[in-house]
Parts: sequence; C-alpha cells; structure tokens
Amino acid sequence: MGIIRAVKLAFDYIKYGEDDAGSEKVRALDQVDLDVEKGQFIAILGHNGSGKSTLAKHINALLVPTEGSMWVDGIDTSSEEELWHIRQKAGMVFQNPDNQIIGTVVEEDVGFGPENIGVPTPEIWRRVEDALDRVGMLAHRSKSPNKLSGGQKQRVAIAGVVAMRPECIVLDEPTAMLDPNGRKDVIQTVRELNEKEGVTAILITHYMEEVIFADRVIVMDQGRVVMQGTPREIFSRVEELKALRLDVPQVTELAYELKKAGVPLADGILTREELVEALCSLN
Amino acid sequence: MLKDITLGQYYPSDSILHKLDPRVKFIGTLVFIIALFLVRGPVGYAFATAVLAALILLSRVPVKFMLKGMKAILLILIVTMLFNMLLTPGEPLFSFWILTVTKEGLVTAVRMALRLIYLVIGSSIMTLTTTPNQLTDGMEALFSPLKKLHVPVHEIAMMMSIALRFIPILMEETDKIMKAQIARGADFESGNFIRRIKNMIPLLVPLFVSAFRRANDLAMAMEARCYHGGEGRTQMKPLIYAGRDRTAYFLIVLFLAGAVVLGILGL
Amino acid sequence: MLIELKDVSYLYSRDTVYEVRALDHVNLAVEEGRFIGVIGHTGSGKSTLIQHMNGLMKPTEGHVFFEGEDIWAEKYDLRKLRTSVGLVFQYPENQLFETDVLTDVMFGPKNKGLSETEARERAVSALKDVGVGEKHFKTSPFELSGGQKRRVAIAGVLAMDPKVLILDEPTAGLDPRGRDEILGRIQRLREERGITVILVSHSMEDVAEYADRLIVVNNGKIPYDGSPREVFSRYEELEGMGLAAPEITYVMHELRRRGFPVDVTADTVAEAKESILKELKGGRKRA
Repeated sequence: MGIIRAVKLAFDYIKYGEDDAGSEKVRALDQVDLDVEKGQFIAILGHNGSGKSTLAKHINALLVPTEGSMWVDGIDTSSEEELWHIRQKAGMVFQNPDNQIIGTVVEEDVGFGPENIGVPTPEIWRRVEDALDRVGMLAHRSKSPNKLSGGQKQRVAIAGVVAMRPECIVLDEPTAMLDPNGRKDVIQTVRELNEKEGVTAILITHYMEEVIFADRVIVMDQGRVVMQGTPREIFSRVEELKALRLDVPQVTELAYELKKAGVPLADGILTREELVEALCSLN
Repeated sequence: MLKDITLGQYYPSDSILHKLDPRVKFIGTLVFIIALFLVRGPVGYAFATAVLAALILLSRVPVKFMLKGMKAILLILIVTMLFNMLLTPGEPLFSFWILTVTKEGLVTAVRMALRLIYLVIGSSIMTLTTTPNQLTDGMEALFSPLKKLHVPVHEIAMMMSIALRFIPILMEETDKIMKAQIARGADFESGNFIRRIKNMIPLLVPLFVSAFRRANDLAMAMEARCYHGGEGRTQMKPLIYAGRDRTAYFLIVLFLAGAVVLGILGL
Repeated sequence: MLIELKDVSYLYSRDTVYEVRALDHVNLAVEEGRFIGVIGHTGSGKSTLIQHMNGLMKPTEGHVFFEGEDIWAEKYDLRKLRTSVGLVFQYPENQLFETDVLTDVMFGPKNKGLSETEARERAVSALKDVGVGEKHFKTSPFELSGGQKRRVAIAGVLAMDPKVLILDEPTAGLDPRGRDEILGRIQRLREERGITVILVSHSMEDVAEYADRLIVVNNGKIPYDGSPREVFSRYEELEGMGLAAPEITYVMHELRRRGFPVDVTADTVAEAKESILKELKGGRKRA
C-alpha cells in the first residue's frame, strides 16, 4: 500500500446563503481515488476552485472526508488519536510565506514543530541545524523572518516541516507569491529533498514548468481527478488541458503548434533540449 | 516610512546584562521600581542613581538610546512637576500672579520627576538588553504558577510573541493599502476630525480583513505543525539559570535590603 | 510626451549609513498609447520607479513631468494627477472595502469629485471593461473568487478614467486562465480606448506577448530600453541581472547554434512557429 491512499473520498462543505436564506451543501471533492508510492514526486494541477487545496488539506488531516477515506502511511486520517502522528508524517507548506512563519527568529521557527511534538531540547537543535542546512538557509538562522525574501521564507517553512522528520511533504502553491528566482530555489529545494532524502513530495502549482520533473501529474476539475499520468502523457493532451482552463509549458505549446502545422514531432515534448534535438534531426 | 518603526527596542550587544536570564532582569526591574518608591531622602536617591549608572555602564547600550524613551513621557513629566510645584501647600518660596511655588512643592516635584525618569530608564535597560522573545519566555516561566489558577499563561505568551512577529508585517501592509487608496484619490490628510475618521474607513476595513485572513492562515499553519497548546511541549531554548544569574539575584536582594533600610531611616 | 522622468534619483534613509539609491539618475519618457513592459528582479527599483510616475513618491533629485508640467511644482494638483495616472498595486484586491462591488468601484470617481450618477456610470462601464457581470454588482467584494476580486480592484482604478494605467504584477497568484483573462482585457482597453499601459511583470512570456516596448530596471538604473525583441537579444546580460528571456528565445538561439537559420529574435510561440516552418520548408527545398 502506498504512503498516501484515498478511496472514493468525498468532501462537502456548507455554504451559507445570503440573508440567512438557508444553507446548501457544496461538494468540493467527489469520488477521489489516489495512491501515492513512497518517494514519488507528484504534481497536482487544476484551476482555482478545482478542489486541489481541499485534497491537500486531507493529507494533513486538516480536513477529514465526508465520505470515503484517506490513509497516510496506513493510518486512517479520521482517527482522532492519531491526529498528531499523521501531521508529523505529512507536513504541509502553504501559499503565503508570511502567514505560516510563527517564530520571530528563523531557527526558532524551524524548532516550532519539534517543540510541539515533544522532541527533547538537544535533539531539537540537531534537527533545526540539519533542516536549515538542507534547505540552504543555515547562514540565516538568527535573522528575523521579516528580513528574508519570499523564496527564503518559503525555504524556512520547508525546513520547519523537514525538522519534524516527515514521510511526505505537501506543498500548496508554495511558489504562487514568489518571483522567478524565488520560485526556482523553492522547487530546487523540494526536488533535492525528494531525490536525496526520499521524502514523498506532493506539489500543487499553477506553473506548468514546475511539474515537468514530477513522476506523476494529477489534474483536477470540479472536485474530481480528471487526468493522471506522466508529465509527457499529460502534456501531449494540449486541447484537453486548455478546455480545463490550464496551460502547457511554452516549449510544449510550440511543439504542439508545429505538429499541427504538419511537422512530424512526437507528442508531449517538455524541454527545449528535446525540441531542438527533434527539429535538428528533421533538418 | 512606517516599516522603519521596529517594535521592542532591543539593542544587540553581548554585555553581561544581555546574557542574564530574562527572569532575573524582570525581577530586578520590578525590585528597582519598588525601591524607587521606598527611598525618600537624598542619600536614598544617590544610592538609586549610583546603581542605575552602574547598570547603564554594564549594559553597554549608548545613553542616547535610554533617553529616547524620555520623549514619550516628556509631557507627563512636565505636567506632574507643575502640579506638584504649584499645588503642594507649605512654605512659599516665590510667587507671581496667582501662582505660588512652595519649598515642599519643589521638593516633591523633583522627587516625582526623578522617580519617573529612573523608572523609564530602568525599564528601558530591560527592554534594550532582552529580545522580545526572551522577554515573553521569561514572563511565561515567571507566571507559570498561575496556571494552577487556570490562567492561560502559555497561550498569553504565545499571543504576545505572535503579535511581535506580525506587527511589522501589518505596519507594512498599512503603508501599502494607504498608498493604494491614495492612488484611488483617497484623502487621509485634510478635513475636520469627524471627516478624517470617516476617511480612515478605506484603510481600516481592508486592514481588518487582511488581519483576519492572516490569523486564519496562521492558525491552520500552526495546527498543521502539530501545535496543540502548551501541554507535552518541549522547548528549544529552555531557560536555565547560570552562575551569573544567581550572583545577580544575590545583588538584587542586597539592593532591596539597602533601599528598605534607607527608606526606614528616611535618608 | 505623457510622462517624463528627468534625471530622477531616489534615496532611502538619506544621509545615514543605510542609504540606498533605489533610483539612480533615471531618464525616461512615456509616449501616449504604448504598451510598455517593465522587468527587473525584486528590489531592482521597479516599484519605486512606477510610484514616481503618479506622485506617490517624491524624487530626491530630478524632476517628473506629466503632460509637460512638473508634478512637484508648487500648487500642482497631485490628486488630479493620480486620477490621470492610475496605479494598480500588487494584490489590489487587498484594497477592497465597500459593502458591494459597485460602490467600491465608485470610490475613485467620487474622490475625483464626480456626482453620484456620473460615478455610477463610470463604475458600471469600468466593471464591464474588466468583464464583471451585472449580477455581481450588488455582491460583497469579499464573496467573489480571487480572479473576480482582482478584476473588481482593477475596475476601481479604471473607473477614474485614467490616461495611463500602471499595473504592478496584475496576474500574481492567479491560475493560467485568470492570467490570460486579465491581460487580454488590458490589451483590449489599450486597443479600443488608446489608454497607455505600463505593465510590471515577472513573466517574460507575458511581456513578450503584449508589450511593444520593454524597460529593464536593474540597481536603480535602466540598462535596456527597446522593443522586446531587442531587449531579449541580450538574454545573457539579462541573466546576469537575475532575469531571463522567454523559453522561446532560448529555443531559437539553440536552433541557430545547431545550424538552423531561424529568426533568433522571435520571442512568442506564434513568431517562433512561423520562423521554424519557413526554415523547414526552405530547408527541404534546398535539400
């Protein structure tokens, strides 16, 4: 069984109408099946309101399913006694870097999680140093988070999760508020954690360039999983993606347009090297 | 600009006072304030002055930082002095128009002024040598006996440290929203009092909305990182007394004893 | 000339050890009807630059002119300037405050001194321009989706009927459809109304697609100023400034290096497609 598994998961929330005109149930997730192997890098795509954040919050037990079930490392997330255990196993990084840093000093923020789960003091220090080192922020350990750039703050947030020694890390649009350089650093950090430490990574993003490294891409729409496959498989279905209000990387789009115009290219070209190679072999 | 204001006026240095345990500094400050109200005569004040001077020297914080705090209380200082000088009955020193300054009045005024000034300097020594974080930790530790009376000491300390983290962010945000509204033709500067208050709405509503959103996000982020109150929590930087802290406590007790004696003798 | 900056410098924390020159002797002229892209890494001075254009920041040295008038001359009406030079800040939805969408958008025109009826007309037309339907006029702005909020906030500035619209990263944090929707609307405004647009963006793809002039800001200076094609031909220098060119530019240069005589200045998918197809056909003919 995979590290994260959802079976026929559904989630309803109550929307209160205007003027107390009564409330209605809205189905945010519907019939979601998911099976993520340990050590995989998964990307989740979908336009705003497609249910991807709601799904992410289920992995960390911030939300529990209305119907169906979600397991993290074999533990059912709806079992209350295991709540802190689940949250330690599946860490979460959110979109806004300012609203998830609690400490007034970088290292104290990274220590916040371990403090909460009762790690002994000397061990906290070891973990904090180790986590900051892995995200490349050790040099900034005694700074105020307010003095850091957006990308640096997100890396501190990742360190805060790493210090809890999780099996899996869920990132909910961690790069949406960053500039291109910050974005690159954050994605690089996540990829390294995934490749070197074998931490399972689940990345939610709107930037198509960020998902081409993923082992598997999941596309969501209206609370359902509508596409699933390798980046190459997903990005060869350009029309379908556009219908789902999504983009493809520019290189993929160029290749797709050329192919439409009769150039014999393969489907789902992802990188510029691939495209250049393919075109040169034609000439 | 608003974001230039930094809250908690910590002055980084590695003096002996900076290294002291925040609990010691907190209690020391409290004792110093009590002592200010115990002593009455010139010897007593000389004693307090000497101790204060020694502390300033030990802290290695430039005196001008200490005096910064005085600006805020200048008005209170002048008013208290005037009231005491003019309204204390006793032997008249000199008078003009309907106002009479008495000898007793002058003495009381000077005493009050000294108390006020020393009080401000004394407490700024604490805030200048202690990071806001250490201060909250220290207070949490000192007040932890109150937990037995169901006072949420840990939660209050956590609230204080979160406030410290978010005040600069909200300041910056105020600056941004203000500029955005000015760009939409808003006017925050002219008009009478009522008008001005009304003009603040385009600033205050977005600020509250944002503060609530941030609070919501933060609560979720804390939960996601397994925060569930103070129970079962360990500390990354627990407060542990060192030798110098014990020495400091000893000196504080000596100082208090001295102040009590001088107070009783009325010197 | 619509906006002109002459030898403008701006210093933060002047005369202290922390002194920072956010703008360093900048000269810039903005002609009417252009779509100007502004790129620069975070902290390059681009925010400071645009805030000088509508008088939110006062130059430490130098002068700023709007339609030939020095905006910092005595008795110059800065409030009026700000309605002519509309500035949409980053995450503008954070400035929404009224109880319903329409009233919020009316805030700007009312500050301009327009009557209730006129202000309403302006607001309605601005909301139409950004594609917010009438059914949302009476909703609270806080109940809208992220993309809708963003568009309402932009309408709030548009409703003042500005000659110049400056947008600081108007698509930050939106999904791809939201991004295209906003940029498309802005493009249309410029075509239909002749409104001058200044777009600050981190997306090289977006400025390549929409801008007809591109300004690069680095260390408070403007090292490059020209058509996107010209600017992106300096992609190696741009990388040194923490910037980049669109993916397409790299593809074209790489193809050229590999002996494929394509047009290296093509910086959009459409242009690249055209150039590659031409070469492929030509190549086949030659072969």
